[in-house]
Amino acid sequence: MTKRKERLVLQDLLGSNKKIANEIREKLIQQGILTANLLSSPGAGKTTLLEKLAKELSPAYRLGVIEGDIETQRDAERIRAQGIPAWQITTGGACHLEAKMIGNLFPQIPPDLDFLFIENVGNLVCPASYDLGEKLRLVLLSSPEGDDKPKKYPKAFTTADCLVITKADLIPHLPFDPAKVIQEALELNPQLKIFTISALTGEGIQDLVAFLLQQLQELRSSHA
Amino acid sequence: MHELSIVANLFELLEEQAKEAGAQKITLVKLKVGVLSGVVPELLQTAFDIYKKDTIATEAELIIETVPLRLLCHQCHQETIRDDIVFTCAHCGSTRLEKKEGTELILEKIELEIDD
Repeated sequence: MTKRKERLVLQDLLGSNKKIANEIREKLIQQGILTANLLSSPGAGKTTLLEKLAKELSPAYRLGVIEGDIETQRDAERIRAQGIPAWQITTGGACHLEAKMIGNLFPQIPPDLDFLFIENVGNLVCPASYDLGEKLRLVLLSSPEGDDKPKKYPKAFTTADCLVITKADLIPHLPFDPAKVIQEALELNPQLKIFTISALTGEGIQDLVAFLLQQLQELRSSHA
Repeated sequence: MHELSIVANLFELLEEQAKEAGAQKITLVKLKVGVLSGVVPELLQTAFDIYKKDTIATEAELIIETVPLRLLCHQCHQETIRDDIVFTCAHCGSTRLEKKEGTELILEKIELEIDD
C-alpha cells in the first residue's frame, strides 16, 4: 500500500546561506572589522571607488578587499597595486557571491583589519539575494546607466544601506536627473543614505570616507 | 539567473525531508515567493523542471504562491499592501514601516508517497 501524505516544511530556501552569513558577520564584528558589500551592474565603478578609498584611508587604516568576478584576477591586481591585500574569488560563471565563498577565505583574512570591502560580481539582480555577512551594503549606480534604474531593480535598492551615485563628473553631459534617482530610491527605501561621487575628480569622496569612519567607530564602541 | 542555485538548495531540502519521512516519492512542492524575494517565479519553474529529472521529485508538481509586500506602519499601526513597492503608508504617509511579508522565499509544504 502506498500512502499519500502532506508535510509542512516552512524552511527558507536561502536559510543555509543566511546561517553562514550570520556567523561571518558575528566574527567580523567581534574582530572590530567594518565589512561592506559593494553591488552594482558591471562597469559602474566599484573597483575604481575602492582604489580611491584605498588612497584616502591607507596607510592610516588597514584595508582588505575580496574581489568577486566570473573570470580573471584583474580587479585583485588593481587593488594590490595600491598596496592593499586582495583576495580574488572567480566564480567560474556564477552570477553572484555566496556566504560560503567568503567563509572559505576567512582563514586568510588578517584579524587586525579596519575595513573589509567585498566587491560583488557585477550584476544588479542576483547578488541582492545573498547576504555575505556584511555590516553595510552599498549599491552603486553610475550616471551613464540612466536615472530609471532603482524601480527596475528594487531588490538591490531595498536591501542596501547606501546608494552611491558614481561618475558624477559626467552628469552635465547626460540626460540623467540625480533628483529623480534619489526620489525613486527613497521611495523603495526611506532609510537609504545617499552619496554622489566622482572617483575621477574626488567630488563627494570625503563625505563617503567620513561616513565609513563614523560607522567603524560606532561598530567598535558598541562591541568594545 | 541565480534561480538554478536556489533550486539546488531546494532539492537538498527535498532530499532531507523525504529521507526523514521515509518517502519514496515527492508528488507536490509548494513555495511561497515574495515580490521582493529577488527571484522570478517563471525562472524558478523552469529551473525546477530542469533539475527534477532523476531525483525523488521527478514527477512532482511545483506550485508557487506569490506573496505581496505587506507593511506595518509604526506611526498609525495599520497595514498596507503595496503592489508598487513604495515604502510609504497608504493611510498616514509615514515611512516608518516594517516589512511583514513580501521578502520571503520559503518551502512551505510538500506531498509525499510512502510505502507501508
